[in-house]
Amino acid sequence: MKTSVNLLIAGTQLWARKRQSFIAMLGVLFGISMFIFMVSFMKGVNTYIQDTMLSAIPDIRIYNDIRTDYTSTIAGDWFRHDPAKMIVVHHPRPEKVRLNLKNAEAIISDLRLRPEVNIVSPLLSTQVFFNYGSAQLNGVLDGVNILEEARIFGLRDRMITGKPEDLLTADKGILLGQGLADKLNVRRGNLVTLATPEGTSMRFRVVGTFAFGLSTVDNIKAYVNLSGVQQLLAKNHDYITDIRIKLRDINTARSLALLFGKKYGYKSEDWESTNPSIKTGNMIRDTLTWVVSLTLLTVAGFGIYNIMNMVIASKMKDIAILKAQGFDGRDIRAIFLSQSLVIGVLGAGLGLLLGFLLSFGLSKVPFPQTEFTFMKYFPVVFESKYYFFGAGFGVLTTFVAGVLPARKAARLDPVAILRG
Amino acid sequence: MEQTILETAHLNKYFSLPERFQVLKDISLSVKKGEFITIIGKSGCGKSSLLYLLSTLDTDYEGTITINGTMVSGLKEHDLARFRNEHIGFVFQFHFLLPEFTVLQNIMIPALKLGRLSREDIEHNAMEKLTLMGIQDIALKPSGKLSGGQQQRVAIARALINNPGIIMADEPTGNLDSANTQIIFNIFQELSRQGNTILAVTHDRDFAGRSDRIIEMMDGRISDTKIATTSPR
Repeated sequence: MKTSVNLLIAGTQLWARKRQSFIAMLGVLFGISMFIFMVSFMKGVNTYIQDTMLSAIPDIRIYNDIRTDYTSTIAGDWFRHDPAKMIVVHHPRPEKVRLNLKNAEAIISDLRLRPEVNIVSPLLSTQVFFNYGSAQLNGVLDGVNILEEARIFGLRDRMITGKPEDLLTADKGILLGQGLADKLNVRRGNLVTLATPEGTSMRFRVVGTFAFGLSTVDNIKAYVNLSGVQQLLAKNHDYITDIRIKLRDINTARSLALLFGKKYGYKSEDWESTNPSIKTGNMIRDTLTWVVSLTLLTVAGFGIYNIMNMVIASKMKDIAILKAQGFDGRDIRAIFLSQSLVIGVLGAGLGLLLGFLLSFGLSKVPFPQTEFTFMKYFPVVFESKYYFFGAGFGVLTTFVAGVLPARKAARLDPVAILRG
Repeated sequence: MEQTILETAHLNKYFSLPERFQVLKDISLSVKKGEFITIIGKSGCGKSSLLYLLSTLDTDYEGTITINGTMVSGLKEHDLARFRNEHIGFVFQFHFLLPEFTVLQNIMIPALKLGRLSREDIEHNAMEKLTLMGIQDIALKPSGKLSGGQQQRVAIARALINNPGIIMADEPTGNLDSANTQIIFNIFQELSRQGNTILAVTHDRDFAGRSDRIIEMMDGRISDTKIATTSPR
């Protein structure tokens, strides 16, 4: 009963200054809708950029690194019986080593048994020159099992012409990066000659072109079957240089990479260490989003604080009357705090709605199309946790902004006001 | 049997600003149930200060106040508010209605706060009080749109809604023209006749002349108490 009187008074006063209440509510509304809009869009951008960049790199890559660590030298071996001598070798050259993974078959079958691992794709990669006519271009040739490669990197969606499977059916087929194909001016069905730095060469027939949207890939990369590169390099059929892994959960990459490195004795790199810019970019965009959004909400909070202070200043007489009639400080506080909260809750609710509508609208705006973008619309994510956070923070801001003026009102001395 | 409704013992009150000043000096008085008392005196004599003490709004004083058998001195803010709500009806010089509410709502609010009766009963009582004031026709008007005389009558109706033990008025006619002053005089007299206890601060000797007892104050002391000769009783 008592609280309902307080609410009746609060409601009537709010309604009596509809315009002021509405403007205070607009502050919260815009703050929260902008927060939702910015977070949804920025997260969408993050996801898109991450997906794009990660599409061209595996979660974990295991390979045989060229070692520059020379703890044993011929000179050291020679003089090792004389402990008085100290051997220093200036500027040693890298050792000529075979860069293949020696027990690749065993590692691959072991990896495939692990539950965290989704896809394993072996690779034999080499520098090559692409010759077509008199043009000669430098590039990288990846020998792969095209089906696994396609699954890891979503190659099917990246194909401009042809299909990944064409590599299996064609005799000495090759998939070229679109940029590379353009430079060579070749298309499906043409033959290109590939030459290795060792001097061997082979001809392949173009069966398709792909584009990842990354010029560092599209301008230099080509895919052939694993056996194709092994033949080109005159190596055995178990000769591979890299194992690429797609995990079920991308966030386990770092710890698993460490584990694999120790277990198999080869260099094992996760996507985070090889591409720190992805994380940095995400972090910068996130920080920007949160700073701007929270500033907006805080400004809205100050708006409410101001308006409630003005309201209380103009309602001093009413407060004194209420106190004279038997309302105590708690009642007065409840009356004014509930006004702020009504503003906050309404503003938050409508703000979430407007934020959703704006995000939804943006997600339907076509993204300017280029050859290398695979985005039809602006990237937007819809995640309920941001909506909960926005609502929670909005209501909290209005609560804090309302508490101070309401407490001031509760402490007003009615005698001082009634005396005039 | 005459029952004492309000009793004070040795009230002292000081203002500390701008300099320490004793505004009330050893005030002891008692009010019987059904009495109509006016407090008069020059401005600055402490009559309003006394009323705020008696109304329990001002708690910064020495001495004791007992109303309706309850010693209110030293009670907590919350209990005082509750006590005021139930036992004291207020009429101010400036009519002090809540402008956003209708006349009827203004009158109902103290009763809704008390929460003893249902909404329907409270509304019925409020209409009754308005009829008593002769202004039942303005019940649904917004209180901001009334004339001064009407507002003061609404304020009196509001003071009566919880059937308080004592009605306190601070210059109830201080802001009204003579016609309205006359109306308010008559209402107070009628209320007194119906057995209400009234304690009013005024500087209007005509008004004071209609009360049962006049307390005259000077320099913070009660200087004179007389039984009014023109009292209807």
